[in-house]
Amino acid sequence: MQIEMRGIDKAFGTNQVLKDAGFVLGDGEVHALMGENGAGKSTLMKILTGVYTKDAGTVIVDGKEVHYKNPQEAEKDGIVFIHQELNVLFDLTVEENLFMGKEIKGKFGLCDSKAMKKKAEEALNRLGVSISPSETMSNLSVGQQQMIEICKALMVDAKVIIMDEPTAALTQSETAVLFEVIEGLRKSGVSIVYISHRMEEIFELCDRISVLRDGTYVGTKNIPDTNMNEIVKMMIGREIGERYPSRDCEIKEEVLAVEGLTKTGVFENVSFSVRAGEVLGVSGLMGAGRTEIMQAIFGNLPYESGKVKIEGKEVQIKSPMQAMKQGIGFITEDRKTEGLMLEESIQKNIALANLGKVSDKNIFLKKKKEEDLVSKAIEELHIKCFGPDHECNNLSGGNQQKVVFAKWIYTDPKILILDEPTRGVDIGAKKEIYTIINKLAANGVAIIMVSSELPEVLGMSDRIMVVREGLVRGIISKEEANQENVMTLATGGTI
Amino acid sequence: MKEKNKILNYAQDLGALIALILLVIGISCVSPEFRTWNNFLSLLRQSSINGLIAFGMTCVILTDAIDLSVGSVLALSTALCAGMIVNGVPVGLAMLLALVIGVLLGCVSGVLVTKGRLQPFIATLITMTVYRGLTMIFTNGKPISNLGDSFTLKVVGKGNFYHIPIPVILLLLIFIGFYILLQKTTFGRAIYATGSNAKCAKLAGINIHKTKIIAYAISGFMAALSGLILLSRLGSAQPTLGDGYELDAIAAVALGGTSMSGGRGKIYGTLVGVLIIAVLNNGLNILGVSSYYQDVIKGLVILVAVLSDRKR
Repeated sequence: MQIEMRGIDKAFGTNQVLKDAGFVLGDGEVHALMGENGAGKSTLMKILTGVYTKDAGTVIVDGKEVHYKNPQEAEKDGIVFIHQELNVLFDLTVEENLFMGKEIKGKFGLCDSKAMKKKAEEALNRLGVSISPSETMSNLSVGQQQMIEICKALMVDAKVIIMDEPTAALTQSETAVLFEVIEGLRKSGVSIVYISHRMEEIFELCDRISVLRDGTYVGTKNIPDTNMNEIVKMMIGREIGERYPSRDCEIKEEVLAVEGLTKTGVFENVSFSVRAGEVLGVSGLMGAGRTEIMQAIFGNLPYESGKVKIEGKEVQIKSPMQAMKQGIGFITEDRKTEGLMLEESIQKNIALANLGKVSDKNIFLKKKKEEDLVSKAIEELHIKCFGPDHECNNLSGGNQQKVVFAKWIYTDPKILILDEPTRGVDIGAKKEIYTIINKLAANGVAIIMVSSELPEVLGMSDRIMVVREGLVRGIISKEEANQENVMTLATGGTI
Repeated sequence: MKEKNKILNYAQDLGALIALILLVIGISCVSPEFRTWNNFLSLLRQSSINGLIAFGMTCVILTDAIDLSVGSVLALSTALCAGMIVNGVPVGLAMLLALVIGVLLGCVSGVLVTKGRLQPFIATLITMTVYRGLTMIFTNGKPISNLGDSFTLKVVGKGNFYHIPIPVILLLLIFIGFYILLQKTTFGRAIYATGSNAKCAKLAGINIHKTKIIAYAISGFMAALSGLILLSRLGSAQPTLGDGYELDAIAAVALGGTSMSGGRGKIYGTLVGVLIIAVLNNGLNILGVSSYYQDVIKGLVILVAVLSDRKR
């Protein structure tokens, strides 16, 4: 199926989101759609699939102009959008999810469970995934849930599948499975629109890249004829320079030492240390236990044995509150569910971890202190907003993440744990976050950075700790580390 | 956009107040009885019971919980207080103990919700039922009267200070207290944060269990306090006292624009909600509307208020 979108305009109120946007999708190709957050990728795709109506422009599908009024109409023509936030019902089974709204009816108009189960099994087999149709959705991993979504698309005979950040929550092995599935789909003539921030993936997987900037179409490149720098330049309209700004600061005394930390079945005998001014990268597949180790150190997950020493003294940390008292800060993996109160203002979010600082004896809030702290944070971290009252919901991913950083930076931590610090953040903001990390290190903060993006870990860390199945498989210095040896350790090999 | 938002917010805040004022003016126009100073004072006094309970309820609801047990806490603490007085415990001490009992009863709900991990609705449904049962057992289902004529007890519900009923003064003072607690203290922030995003609050070093238990303790205290006002006014402790009061309190909180899923809302809104309910009760009574219709009208007013709040 071929799709041509041209001269698409779309405004929400006074906010012009798309201005002369568009792209051309060919038959059986994997086409990446790139652009910074807010560039209009999702909006463009929502117009294609009839979620939004366009203000101007044309959409031509296989030579015919179309005006889809809702996603169902687009689906009838074989265009399916798999959103980043998966559209699954967690309490229902796989089969029930697959046939939601399209149940096969038997006698008396009742659901024919048997027939549906059979058809579901066939469809799953076609994808080459082994998931039982009677499994409850919430028992599946995110990767498996995604497969169900793709399966759903195939069951309506999709010719075009749009995937928005499909790998954002996947482990490396799940990503590999997804890529195989996409490869298979391409061979069978299905076209894929692939929206992602991950350059490496796109260059590995896609045939062509179209770039949007500020809601406008910038250009399309064949993958073999282009490189990452060119694409980044198209995306942000300028050179960005080094993706990972260099850091030149002295690594001083040991601040945190973890010895033999164990929680049976989750992580075992974990030992490592971090020094002031050092960035310790923590790599590993998702589910390897990295986050759990960090949660345990931060007192949010009880562990069975092992010692945590801060500046040489053993400490007992049983709650985040105690961890903060010991000078640990923790920027969690998921800013939307754990990092922020989305409906609250920037001010209230930043103040939350600093209540002691902005109050009198931790009882009465001091308005002046609070306002001063927040305006300082907005300025120092370049948070783009209307002011301290700006609700976090309406901030871009990068700016939300900066608010989370601000919240913790001003607690003056000695140790700062970062869990996926740049997830869902666009390239420009990523670099700003790296700069913040470097600045913290230069100020003598010991930093632990858990990340699933290998280039980021390699680019930012002084040492890299690789975790696999709850065990520390190795700690590699910056000089020795490369993509291969980190991946080898992460997937169970030895070096 | 920021300014616009602010104005919109103020307009939202004022919306309920404007409705209240219109209601007062409207009923005043048709009923001369309604617009007297005395009626106004008695209206305020009537509202104080629901008001005090609703303030406590606001705290609990802001933490993304609910307290259905307030009516039963009121009954049990009042019955125990009356029982103590009848058995010769000094009145002042008995009243003080009633408040302590209210706090403890509230804490039980709080502990069930936090440490016991029960859903707030279920946990307080349990305490509501149990406390009511205990009240029945303690009173043997009969009112406890003959409380003597202690000044301390009388003044709480019947006393005046410069012609203003003591319950009204209590309502205003406690309103100010709650305003300071919720808007100006770190504990207030903890309450909002717990209701807004409990995970995030916990990771930011806030003890969410403690916060919730204290919120329930406050709610229990307020229920016991309003129980004392009732005891003072009625001169006896009825075992069925406070039955259904939780609903009026929740209605007032909802009318005041507090989100039932916590994190959003203001004590000022609750006060306005309490006054709207009081004006409706009082006004409709004076106008001679049958109590059957009154309930329907109250329900519709809440519906309108909640619908208009949703546009936010």
